[in-house]
Amino acid sequence: MAETTYLEAIRQALFEEMDRDPAVVLIGEDVGVYGGAFKVSEGLLERFGWERVIETPISESAIVGAAVGMGYAGLRPVAEMQFIDFIACCFNQITNFAAKSHYRWGAPVPMVLRGPSGGGVHGGPFHSANPEMYFVHTPGLKVICPATPYDAKGLLKSAIRDNNPVLFFEHKYLYRRIKENLPDGDFTVPIGKATVRREGRDLTIVSYAAMLHTSLEAAAELEKEGIQAEVIDLRTLLPLDRDTILASVRKTNKLLVVHEDTRTGGIAGEIAAVVTESAFEDLDGPIRRVTSLDTPVPYAPQLEEYFLPNAAKVVAAARELAHY
Amino acid sequence: MHSAGATEGNLDLGNFEKMASTLTREQYLELYYFMRLNRELEEQMVWLFRQNKIVGGLYSSFGQEAISVGTSYALGPGDWIAPMIRNIGALLVRGFKPRDILTQHMARYTSPTLGKDGTSHFGDLKARHVVSPISMLGDLIPVMTGIAMAGRYLGQKIVTMTWIGDGGTSTGVFHEGLNLAAVQKAPLVLIVENNQWAYSTPVERQAPLKNLADRAKAYGIESAIVDGNDAVAVERTTREAVAHARAGNGPVLIEAKTMRMRGHAQHDAAEYVPKEMLEAWKKRDPLDRYEKFLNENKLWDAKTKKEIDARIAREIQTDVEFAENSPFPPPELAEQGVYCEGCHTVEADWKRPKEEVMPPRSSVKPEWPVRALLGARQKETKLFAGNGARPPTQKKVAPKSKPGKKPARVPVRAKVGR
Repeated sequence: MAETTYLEAIRQALFEEMDRDPAVVLIGEDVGVYGGAFKVSEGLLERFGWERVIETPISESAIVGAAVGMGYAGLRPVAEMQFIDFIACCFNQITNFAAKSHYRWGAPVPMVLRGPSGGGVHGGPFHSANPEMYFVHTPGLKVICPATPYDAKGLLKSAIRDNNPVLFFEHKYLYRRIKENLPDGDFTVPIGKATVRREGRDLTIVSYAAMLHTSLEAAAELEKEGIQAEVIDLRTLLPLDRDTILASVRKTNKLLVVHEDTRTGGIAGEIAAVVTESAFEDLDGPIRRVTSLDTPVPYAPQLEEYFLPNAAKVVAAARELAHY
Repeated sequence: MHSAGATEGNLDLGNFEKMASTLTREQYLELYYFMRLNRELEEQMVWLFRQNKIVGGLYSSFGQEAISVGTSYALGPGDWIAPMIRNIGALLVRGFKPRDILTQHMARYTSPTLGKDGTSHFGDLKARHVVSPISMLGDLIPVMTGIAMAGRYLGQKIVTMTWIGDGGTSTGVFHEGLNLAAVQKAPLVLIVENNQWAYSTPVERQAPLKNLADRAKAYGIESAIVDGNDAVAVERTTREAVAHARAGNGPVLIEAKTMRMRGHAQHDAAEYVPKEMLEAWKKRDPLDRYEKFLNENKLWDAKTKKEIDARIAREIQTDVEFAENSPFPPPELAEQGVYCEGCHTVEADWKRPKEEVMPPRSSVKPEWPVRALLGARQKETKLFAGNGARPPTQKKVAPKSKPGKKPARVPVRAKVGR
């Protein structure tokens, strides 16, 4: 057992998978000598050499395209986006090439595309994005948003071993802010399985990534008022673990979805549809959501704070829902 | 008046020496077989299209057969290709049969994609090393670069090849992909099939270049220009480019000058193409010219031609019947196969000991090797002379390295972000 940050957990997963399997390679901008913009890949070049830690020009489409090709040749490439916002530059390679490959012609794309996402660090409109829903809307991809060091490590290992293109969104706010004792030795976390982080009877809060911690903070506040919130961590957005969500809603009869992604078209809408389709009779109140605003991510701290969800906003929405 | 560069006489073979042909008589006849099969199959599909038997669009490579066939013929069995829409000839060379192409176009359950995709959008990772294209142009270039890089990593000594049209060279990913291949010295051969038209847009509106091969200069890679309607020249030039790439000298771009003799697709009457242009190119028909080559070199006789043509007619007829008698896919197939859940294995074909790439690679230092601090950049100072800006004065600072001495290794910090 060793206390490990979220960032260190990701690095450990890369190290251990590259140690385990020579087919695993890393490709991206500044991933070698510099160790990546956030130092996630620090030390990998020294250990695995230039052939397996591949520095590229600033060419996101080429990075993803090359990773797809490497996957076709039997490798298991991990491609890094320096900031996840730049994933927009390679949208076509992801959505048209990688995602459709297995369906169209039976060619698996065992690729992981990972990078730092999320706000709260004053990155402004181009270094703070949560682009997960562009890809949740793309059949053929898997989309992972881990919230804890244990999940980050275990899910990244699962992603590398998966035969499908997996997008792995690392929340940069969590990189060095959270720590967890991780067990020694190899472990994985299954893709597509949500988990209950806190049990409760009065309402269900569904969240993921950094907002899981906000939701847990809110749940602790709500407890002081006698409101028992159940908190679910989605962990994987695609495929979505409908069963865990539905089981909880059938127990608490109320649902609040909290996400840092913007409101319109966020995962809350899909979850609301799933719940009304399958558990409408179990609902004792309207489905509520606490999300970021429908705007780009603003730069000034005052603006960003206003833009983002926080524990107080979650508490207010949950309280209202609990008393509905 | 539209002028086509390729109608000029002497085509430059670029940096490649003209080399004597090395093909056997059987191989020359095989080239004819594939080119003729390419043409006859596509002409047959025009008839099927008119009978409403082709479900979607139909694209013709009429007049471009020498490129698809000649380029792919220069590859070895372990090499990889990714064809574009007008490269059915390359699929045939790679071992796919007319029935594969017919059933694809006719959306039958017996097609390589079971009806999930059409046209030339199919492939075979394991046996034929063919990557299925997507409709967005340029995206195959980094993908084939990735396979080339993987092949080198795995010790396979392979070459990858893909094609792109004159219009496709305008896409961003063409440049990203070719640049990555160049810096990686990846064994990629890129065929720029300059057929003068991107849908209705003439090549002059794509790039103000006489030769699209000039694009290679921007990436510091080798290039060649070849008469795309001359199958022998295409095959020969490509064979040399493949050898160049396989030897580890980096990617090669070959511009094959040709003409799209039909519309963009079957629905397009291409009235925007000047008639005299079509007439000029009609005289350069690749099959007519290749038959003339075979005649002049006494590589065949009328009987041989008749036999090959009869074989092609037979094969097409059999496969058309096969396709027409094939079922359409069951509707519920639509929701199957989005993910690979154990249905395919992912396995690399290692041709070198894995131990070579396994840790610890203790000799690797996280620093950039630098040949010379400033010397390599000095040539660029003339760029500043013309616009009045002062050229950087660097000469005195440049270190003098003695000949034969190892280049200095200086750690350089890479920049973060943009």
